Formats: sequence, C-alpha cells, structure tokens
Amino acid sequence: MTGILSLITYAPVAGIAAILALRFIAPAGSARSADLAKWVALVTTLVTLALSLVMLGQFDRTTADFQFVEDFAWFGGLHYRMGVDGISVLFVVLTAFLMPLCIAASWRSIEHRIEEYLIAFLALETLVIGVFCALDLILFYVFFEFGLAPMFLIIGVWGGKNRVYAAFKFFLYTLLGSVLMLAAVLGMIGITGTSSIPELMTYDFGQEIQIWLWLAFFASFAVKMPMWPVHTWLPDAHVEAPTAGSVILAGVLLKMGGYGFMRFSLPMFPDASVFFTPLVFALSVIAIVYTSLVAFRQTDIKKLIAYSSVAHMGFVTLGIFSGNAQGEQGAIFQMVSHGLISGALFLCVGVVYDRMHTREIAFYGGLVNRMPWYAAIFLLFTMGNVGLPGTSGFVGEILTMTGAYQASTWAAIVAATGVILSAVYALSLYRRVVFGELTNPALAEIKDLNWREVAIFAPLILGTLYLGIYPAAVFDITQASVDNLVAVYRAATGG
Amino acid sequence: MNFSADLSLALPEVILAAGALALLVWGAFQSRANAVFSLAAVALLVAAGAAAVLGPMGRGFSGGLIADQASAFAKVAIYAASAIAIPLGQPWFQRRGVNNFEFPVLIILAALGMGMMASAGDLISLYIGVELHSLALYVLAAIHRDNAKASEAGLKYFVLGALSSGLLLYGASLIYGFAGSTHFDVIAQSVEGGAGVGVLFGLVFLICGLAFKISAAPFHMWTPDVYEGAPTPVVAFFGAAPKMAAMVLFARVLAEGFGGAADQWRQILVIIALASVAVGAFAGLAQSNLKRLWAYSSIANIGYAVLGLASGDAAGIQAMLVFMVLYMVDVTGFFACLAALSRDGRPMETISDMAGLFKERPGIALAMSAFALSALGLPPFSGFWAKFYVFKAAIGAGLGVAAVVALVGSVVAAFYYLRLIKVMWFDPAVGATDAPPVEAKAIAIALALFTFPVVLVALAFIDPLAAAAAAAFGLA
Repeated sequence: MTGILSLITYAPVAGIAAILALRFIAPAGSARSADLAKWVALVTTLVTLALSLVMLGQFDRTTADFQFVEDFAWFGGLHYRMGVDGISVLFVVLTAFLMPLCIAASWRSIEHRIEEYLIAFLALETLVIGVFCALDLILFYVFFEFGLAPMFLIIGVWGGKNRVYAAFKFFLYTLLGSVLMLAAVLGMIGITGTSSIPELMTYDFGQEIQIWLWLAFFASFAVKMPMWPVHTWLPDAHVEAPTAGSVILAGVLLKMGGYGFMRFSLPMFPDASVFFTPLVFALSVIAIVYTSLVAFRQTDIKKLIAYSSVAHMGFVTLGIFSGNAQGEQGAIFQMVSHGLISGALFLCVGVVYDRMHTREIAFYGGLVNRMPWYAAIFLLFTMGNVGLPGTSGFVGEILTMTGAYQASTWAAIVAATGVILSAVYALSLYRRVVFGELTNPALAEIKDLNWREVAIFAPLILGTLYLGIYPAAVFDITQASVDNLVAVYRAATGG
Repeated sequence: MNFSADLSLALPEVILAAGALALLVWGAFQSRANAVFSLAAVALLVAAGAAAVLGPMGRGFSGGLIADQASAFAKVAIYAASAIAIPLGQPWFQRRGVNNFEFPVLIILAALGMGMMASAGDLISLYIGVELHSLALYVLAAIHRDNAKASEAGLKYFVLGALSSGLLLYGASLIYGFAGSTHFDVIAQSVEGGAGVGVLFGLVFLICGLAFKISAAPFHMWTPDVYEGAPTPVVAFFGAAPKMAAMVLFARVLAEGFGGAADQWRQILVIIALASVAVGAFAGLAQSNLKRLWAYSSIANIGYAVLGLASGDAAGIQAMLVFMVLYMVDVTGFFACLAALSRDGRPMETISDMAGLFKERPGIALAMSAFALSALGLPPFSGFWAKFYVFKAAIGAGLGVAAVVALVGSVVAAFYYLRLIKVMWFDPAVGATDAPPVEAKAIAIALALFTFPVVLVALAFIDPLAAAAAAAFGLA
C-alpha cells in the first residue's frame, strides 16, 4: 500500500484542478459553476475520506513502526518522506472525516466567491493531512506553515465584521511561534545531519541543547494548541471565521499542536520535557480554570465555545506531559473527541447564525419551542462538551486526569474543577439559548433543522456516542505506538 | 599564460563588449528600436551566458580575471536577469513614447560590468566592473528623461553612487598600500592569521562601498527614492542582477582576499545583516507606495544574504548564492507585475491602488500574492527555501542568536506583505484596470510559477551548482 498516504494527501489537489477546470463548462462566478464546484468538492472530500478509511483498514495495529512509508531523496539532503503510526493515523482520518461536513455546512451559508472558498478548503485539507503524514522535519514545516495561507484567506475573505484583524492576528501569532521552531529545526539538522523524524526520535541530544530546542518547539505548538497565555488569537479567529472555518480550526488545526508535542517534544527532548513538565502543568491548569471562567462571562456563543476549546486543550497538554500510557491515550482520545464535539458545537452555532445572523446569546432563548430537533442535538453535544459519561468527552477527560494524577496530584485535583466549571458555562449557555420563554419576536418563525443539516450532524452524533460507549475503537489503534512512546520516554528519563 | 589564452577566459566579456558596440552603431543608423534589435541584444546575452558556462576556466591577466564555477554561476543568473529586462522594458518605454535604442545597449553594458564584478581577481578589475555597471545603471534610472521623478532618481543615484565609489576606491588604495598588491591572492598572504590595522581600515571602507551597492543598512538611504522614481522595468532590472553581482564580488573579496581575517569581517557582516533586516522590516511598515515598500523589502532580504556570507564558510556562500538566485526571481517578478498594471494610463503604485485586484485581474493578483508570500518566507514558496539555506548555514556556523533575531525580523516584515495580500483579496475593487501588456504579464506569471511549484524541482539543480560555485571560493 505504499503511496496511499500521498494519494490521500493530494487527492484534494485533484479536486482543486477540477474546480479550476469548471470554467470551461460554465462561466466562473456563475450560479451553475458554483453548484458544480460544490459537488466536485464534496465528492473529492468523500473520496479522500474513503481512501483514508481504506488506509485505516490496512493499518497494522500491532506495531509501533511507521507504516505506508514513502521515501524519496530531494535536494540539499532533504527527503520527501511520509508515513503514519498509531499516533498520527487517527488525525488523518479525523481530518478526512470533518472535511465533507465542512463542505456540506457551507452549502448555503457562503454566498460569494464560492469556487475560491472551496479551493481554499481543499488546499487546507491537503496541507493538514500532510502535516500528520510528514516524516521529514522540513516537509512537516512546509505543510505546517503553508496551512496558514488558506486559513488566512478563509477568515479574511469569508469572515465576519472584524475579519481582517482576526486574520492578521491568527497569521502573525502562529508565524512568530513557527519561525522559532524553524530555527530549532535547522539547528537539529545542523547537529545531526539528518532531517528524518524517525531517526531524530532516537537521537540523543545533549541536555542543555534539549532545553533550547524544546523551548523553540514549545513556542510554536503552544501557540497552535493554544495554551494560556498565548491563546488570545483563537477567540478572535473563531468568532470571525465562517462556520466551516471554525469547525476545521477547532477540529483539526488545534490538534497539530498536541500532535507536535507527542511527535517531537516528548521523544526527541525527553530530558527537557521532564524539566518543563511543571511549567506545562501550571499553564494547563491555569488554562482549564481561567479560560473556563472567561468562557462563562462571554456574550457571544462562538467566543464561549472558543474559550471552552482552550480549556479542553488544557486537558490534552496535561495528559501528554504526564508521560504515562493513560495520559497519552487520554490526550489522543481527547483530541479526537474534541474534534468531533467542538466541530459539532460550532455547527450548532452555524445553524442559528445562518437563520438569524447574530451570535449574541441574549438574542436567543426558548428555541426549544420552535426547534425541538435542534434542541436535542445541541443538548447532546453540550453534554459531550461537559464530559457526560456515555459521550466521548468523558473518556478523554477521565483518562488525562488519571494520567496527570500519577504525575502530579495537585494538577489533577485543580484540573478536576475544570469539569465542574465546564458544566457551569456549557449548561448556562444551553439554558439561555434553548430553554425559557420565546420572548424575541424575531425568533417566532425560526425553522427547525432541514435534511441537509441533519445529514451533517448524523455522523458526528454517531461518532460521539460510539467513541463514548466503545472507546477501545481508538485505543486499539493507538496502543502500540503509545506504549512505545512511553517506554522510550521512560527509558530516556530514567523514570 | 599568453594573451589569447587570457582572452579566451574573458570570452563572455568580449562578446558583450563587441556586441554592445555593434548594437550602438546599428542603433545610430536605425535610430529607433524594434523587436529585431531587442532580440539581437537578448541573443548576445544568451551567447555570453553559454560562453561563461562552456568556456575555459582559470585565471588570466596575471590573476586579474577569474573564470571559475562561481563566476559562471553568477554570470548565468546575471545575464538571464538582464535578458528578461529587455523584453520587459523596451515595449514599456515604447508605449510611453520613449523609443530609445539605448535601453538594450545600456542593459548589455551593465551586464558586462556585472560579469566583470563576478570575475574580478584584483582590486583594479573590481573597480572597473563596479564603475562600468554603475554608470550604466545611473543612465538607466534617468532614461525616462521627460519624467521629473525619474531624472531626480537618476541624479540621486549618481551622486550617492559616486560617493560610495569614492569609499571603495579609498579602501582599495589603503589595502594596496598596506598589503603591497592589488591581487586578492597576494593580499590573502599578507592577512594570513589576522589583518593589521591598516589593511583592516581599508577593508572596512571596501565593505562600506560594497554595502552601498547592495543597499544594505546603514548604506540603504538611496534605495527607496531611486526605486520609487526610476521606471518600473528598470527597477525590475536593478533590483535583481546588480545585487547578485555585488554579492558575488563581496564573497570573492572576503573569501579570496581576506579569508585569513574572517573573524574580523564576520562581525561587521553580522551587524550589517541584522541592521538591514531591522530597517527593512520596520521602515517598510510605514510605506504606502509599493515601489518604496519593495525597496525596504529588498533591504531586509539583502540582510539575509549578508547573513549567509557572514557564516564565513562554504555552506554560507552556497546559501548566499541560492538565496540571491531565488531572490532575483522574486524581485523581477514583482516589478513585472507592477509594470503590467495601470489604470486609465497611469501606473498603479500605491497599496490602495491594488484594492480588489483579485477580482479585476486574478492572474496578476495571484502572481503578486505568490511574490509577496515568497518574500514573506512562507513555505513552500521560493523565498522560504532561500531563507532555509541561509539560516541553516548561519546556525551551522554558530550564528544562532543572529539567525533567531533575523527570523523574528521576518515576522515583523510579514505584516506588510500580508497587508498587500489583504488589500488585493479582501477589499472591494476601486475601478477597472487597463488591459495588461502581454509581455509583462507573461513574465510575471512565468516567474510566479517558478516561486511555486517549479522551485521544488529547480532546487534539485540549483543546489549542487551553487555548492560547486561556493567550493570555488576556497573556504572550508
């Protein structure tokens, strides 16, 4: 099956080419061309999803080695090197899974420059999947950074009122973190003479140099994640981005940070990771408690969910740096689960935003009277966000806290309050939007979900419940790689 | 070596010099340029480039002229950039009623001077090369002589250029006085194990003079004014090729003449590099005119190239050469875009002129975005690979802190590149633009395709060539 990773990665590029070729059939910008482009994009993303599922089916769960490896010499000692292991394979599938939903969610809500919008999304899909498949540092960096460009355009061209500010903030924040990582990457290539990620994972860096390299990678991944206090770009980006942009941002772009920690920081700089664990724990706990409180005070639905994302990512970093199997498994699970749940929550916001064109919490209230189906679905994902047992949100939180408890009791105890706080803000949001009297006359005629919206939510509902009831579906895949990661990490740090 | 063997080393120069004179005579009889005339000029450059690659290698004229891998590499790049300038510029001037046959001839004379700079083996040929190309450039800047701004730019360039030539010459005379020779290899012997104060004094003047030519801070003041005033196709030319020539000359002087004093000149270069990056990044933020903006961008970029040179090893020079080639594509392409754009017959030169350009001219807007993203250093555009080489070399040579500072500078500069993209993509259009001329648009789009994706393949060829060229300088 060699070559399937490149096939998955570049399948969306074929979709881009097809959309560009549409101008020979219908004039660019016409309604017919836009319709065709939507179908092309949807089919492309579905084909990508199918390919990624085929890949997942072929994936050997018993080994921690990289699979489906492709390796071609490039120039200047660099290689085009792709491959996945148990840590990255799920993110490839998650990305491929969310993309068709994003395209479907944009079906009606994007009204201008539709072809370009779809091209930006397909390009983003290629780049995000590339990030998770790349096994060469520079190739990784290329995918990681290039992803900024389509997201910049998605926020800037199709975003809300303050879109320009948000787009710039998003781009410059992430760029600053990334260039520091680039310096570290070049330093590592200089020291070891290789840019191969598998080789670097076994290379033994000196203790002092590890500290600097770790900090440089941390600068990039902490911004991407985002961790407190460098999370401030996220609420702006989320609020201004179109619904599908928010879904992809929360669903997969944030996961690049956590993935980076597990792929680079832990295996390559284990001593530094141990050294900085108290710092990461402190920042994670602050993120969980502080941003939960901030979320509670928001008046904009999207901003509230954005802050809750920061809090949930706090659990992920907590789990990753606990350095034990529960923590790592929990972190991966939490990322996958958050990808589904936060994506669904942003879609829930999108549903009412498409109808009313406002995200003010105060505007809504009593939606359950007019939109019972919507209320039910929104409730499910709110509960998932809170971490109700039976939903996937629960499994991730309990495991990351179990892992963290072994590493630092205090961090786990404080983080546990975050679970309560998440119930506070999420349930109060739900109450204010859905329950109560329907007092706003503008809402009198609001319509419940249509079949397209139900079709978008259905896979997310199934995913959330399935993973909540049968989490082993994820653990079976990640087990071998996580055990290997933990064993190497323990061995390197003498723990 | 006998004279004919010496001359065979200078074959590219001979072709260009004889060709330029022949074209002058032809032009004097014809008095108006036409396509055949331009084509002949391009053919001359192609012939010279072929001669540089295929001709014999070695040192001639008692070491005053060097033909090696490095000079061949630089000359091909320089002649190619010059050859692009002719079809870009000649129709542009014709449309504006300036139908001088001198334009291609001056480009060829400048290319001749730049080729000499790349081949210079002693201080005399260095100075001749610098002066020959500078004089041609002064005239080119002012060739649009009915335009007050262009004339002002030409005059400014001339006065300040003369000053820098003075510095250069003064430094050269000091070096000659203290080292006892104008030949780089003899100078190298006298600075073995560190330069004395006198030679060092001369070297500093020499570096100042060359820093002026590449518009590195703090000798960059002339750049924004000249870029703004000079005709756009001319800027496309002198933003690219002369920088390459001067950088190669810079490397030649420092590596071959002052290799023993590397520890001394490296610190000067690091400061010049970081100052250039900082000036380019921060001063660029305040610009509203795109030509001025790109002048500051070029100052920042030359800072990165100098940083590569400051590494003081073969990897650093290789990085500098790769950087300059990729940078030349970027800057030529960007000004080709500007040359292609006009609204109601007036050039579009401010950032706000570009509002909504993506709707109006998607091809050129995409090309311009590619050049902006490339200059920003976003992978996988060519500018990223350029920076990749430079920073890899700098970090490998122990300049890690300087590299991080320069990288952070690139984030500051990212703001103005993004602003240009924002204006083109996000803002509503302000009005119809004129139909872009075919040649400028074709050049812009071809070069944009080079920045991505062609560069990903091209680097597999540029990388070993630049490595071979860098090895010719004899640094470890």
